[in-house]
Amino acid sequence: MQRIGVFVCHCGTNIAGTVDVKAVADAIKNEPGVVFSAEYQYMCSQAGQELIKNAVAENRLTGIVVCSCSPRMHEATFRKTAAAAGLNPYMVEIANIREQCSWVHKDMLTGTQKAIILAKAAVAKVNLNTPLTPGESPVTKRALVIGGGIAGIQTALDIADAGFKVDIVEKNPTIGGKMAQLDKTFPTLDCAACILTPKMVDAAQNENIKIYSYSEVTEVGGFVGNFEVTIKRKARYVKEDVCTGCGICTEKCPQKKVPNEFNLGMDNRHAIYIPFAQAVPKVATIDPRYCVKLKTGKCGLCEKVCTAGAIDYNAKDEYVKEKYGAIVVATGYNPISVDKFDEFAYSQSKDVITSLELERLMNAAGPTGGTLLRPSDGEHPHTIVFVQCVGSRCDACAQKGKEYCSKICCMYTAKHAMLIRDKYPDTDVYVFYIDVRTPGKNFDEFYRRAVEEYGVHYIKGMVGKVSPEGKKLKVQGSDLIYGKQLHIDADLVVLAAAIEPDKSARPLATMLTASMDTNDFFTEAHPKLRPVESPTAGVFLSGTCQGPKDIPETVSQAGAAASKVIGLLVKDKLKGNPCVAHSNELMCNGCSTCEKVCPYGAISYVDKEFRMPDRTTKVRRVAVVNEAVCQGCGACTVACMSGAMDLKGFLNKQIMAEVDAICK
Amino acid sequence: MQVNGYKPLIVAFCCNWCSYAGADLAGNNRLAYPADVKIIRVPCSCRVNPMFILRAFQRGADGVIICGCHPGDCHYTSGNYYTRRRMALLFSMLDYLGIEKERTRVEWVSAAEGAKFAATMNDFAEKVAALGENKRLEDLRCKK
Repeated sequence: MQRIGVFVCHCGTNIAGTVDVKAVADAIKNEPGVVFSAEYQYMCSQAGQELIKNAVAENRLTGIVVCSCSPRMHEATFRKTAAAAGLNPYMVEIANIREQCSWVHKDMLTGTQKAIILAKAAVAKVNLNTPLTPGESPVTKRALVIGGGIAGIQTALDIADAGFKVDIVEKNPTIGGKMAQLDKTFPTLDCAACILTPKMVDAAQNENIKIYSYSEVTEVGGFVGNFEVTIKRKARYVKEDVCTGCGICTEKCPQKKVPNEFNLGMDNRHAIYIPFAQAVPKVATIDPRYCVKLKTGKCGLCEKVCTAGAIDYNAKDEYVKEKYGAIVVATGYNPISVDKFDEFAYSQSKDVITSLELERLMNAAGPTGGTLLRPSDGEHPHTIVFVQCVGSRCDACAQKGKEYCSKICCMYTAKHAMLIRDKYPDTDVYVFYIDVRTPGKNFDEFYRRAVEEYGVHYIKGMVGKVSPEGKKLKVQGSDLIYGKQLHIDADLVVLAAAIEPDKSARPLATMLTASMDTNDFFTEAHPKLRPVESPTAGVFLSGTCQGPKDIPETVSQAGAAASKVIGLLVKDKLKGNPCVAHSNELMCNGCSTCEKVCPYGAISYVDKEFRMPDRTTKVRRVAVVNEAVCQGCGACTVACMSGAMDLKGFLNKQIMAEVDAICK
Repeated sequence: MQVNGYKPLIVAFCCNWCSYAGADLAGNNRLAYPADVKIIRVPCSCRVNPMFILRAFQRGADGVIICGCHPGDCHYTSGNYYTRRRMALLFSMLDYLGIEKERTRVEWVSAAEGAKFAATMNDFAEKVAALGENKRLEDLRCKK
């Protein structure tokens, strides 16, 4: 028989406000096995944990029930307390009377009644708990970073600095991501390339970092500390280790009419190309969709001009298998497509552009060499209208846009407006906004400088329609402060498009079994306390794949993710989850059903000798679970027809006892 | 939740990774649902043995709901697919035994869908309450 102690937490008024905690502690006293019950203000505090430890010692407790917040919050805390008190940590059960009781019920009576029932169910379960010991598994001391933007680069550099090997997988021919496309960065206005490209070079030269550019992750197996990842190295038709990046092939290639993705299609590149001058690795890539040689077999000019002999038209996709201890997701974002917002006439006029396109137009390495010219006729624009929140904070237009705030648009629009007014003081700049959101160090000062020093016209209100008329764009908008309609004849309209997670994130989340929210941003293990870990052990999050972020935030999250990875990789052994399946070999009839449903291949069969009652021996085939591989889902326990398979920590009889307690 | 003065007893099995977290999120956002719903945490929806559901009905539960990750998002890759098939079979058998289809349900609730969790529980509790007491499988020997 167990000797169980029940500890009911007030959680300040979070629980005590809706649940009569004293009544719960009293009601539970007479449950089978319970020898002690108490309530306390904050059970998770130092004093609360001391109370538990003392009660264990004084009452010789063998099991603990804590009625408190969700086990996802403090189960680990109370398991540690139990271990410190000399109990097996798996003799602790939590009754969730905060998230699933006091916070969702308003009435004291029903709240208390439900809390008592939940406590009774937990007591019924603990009565059947057995001490469990986790197995250990080794840790592969190598990390994988998926995505080579600023988030991925910073994470990789930080992990590599700590002395661990890191691989970066980037789907594009070069690392650098979105930041490489930017002109200047707020709030300091230093040029993006000047601060990013040294980091790219650092990553390329760091002996601990290996960059798989033009590659994708296609398969992920294994578990924390022991992931097995398949990386597809897409054929670039240029030998990466031979190419010197001289660029002669990219000049001679006759296929010149390929839209240049790096400049968002505003100019053209060749079929063989290096995305930009500072690309890392600086290696040419042949675009098979446009290359004449690959499509028709004629041409072959690049092979002739390449003095290094790097061209290889017969290259095939290669698949590399690697082992990793930890995986960091840094897949980043894309601006949403603004075609569907007909009112802004993006698809009708070349002079309606997105903010990212403006970045390229203002960049010295961009299609216009850094001179701001209208894309339609190459003339200098004199009146520019910025439209904020295009697709962001879009409640009514949920099919077209996003409900969330994209966070970075207010600041980059202020930056654009300021830069334009600085470079071309004869230009009138108008910004239509819903709200200006500039929290952050030196951010509001930056925005106020745009208004006060640079004379940018900020107008509270939205643009209703943009209609191209002749060379002008007629902008109709409302000024909510003055309560009047505005008509502006603009030369250029810039849309601050909402940002959304990269399309590759969703299939990747499925491979990693990491969870996502409804907007396809990765979910963190806890929104406040574990912001860079995913709920899947060993998978970490960095940058905008987790939510909209600016560069300073991305870099700090990248560092945080790296520190979590380092904390994992320094361990030689990882304690596993002891709640794994176990087969009772006396009941097993060796039917193989469990083996077929196991998603991890953790179950195998052995022939085992059994002594029979008549003193003979008999060899029977029985299931054996590999505890290091089993993840404890329990699929096999239900599939098992003879009832031999059970899941430790969630035994059939334990769950039945909970059902009984609830249905009493 | 009361319909015609009857308060139902509902057992909800929630998988640890999605639905239990979704229920926690409903709590974080203070989204109310009936106290008649009592949640049992299981590692995966595929851990729910048909025995548990039969047991619940035997002991007087009026409705049983199983919540898991959305298809394709299972933490254990394929667990919820087993749930989907097993429960389709079990529920049709229970229907044959006279336990109305409205008393049983499988629902996919992700960790980010606190609102969906609360809405699902409100809806389910209302439907079960409207059906009244369930005595089909009740085992009188369990009554004290």
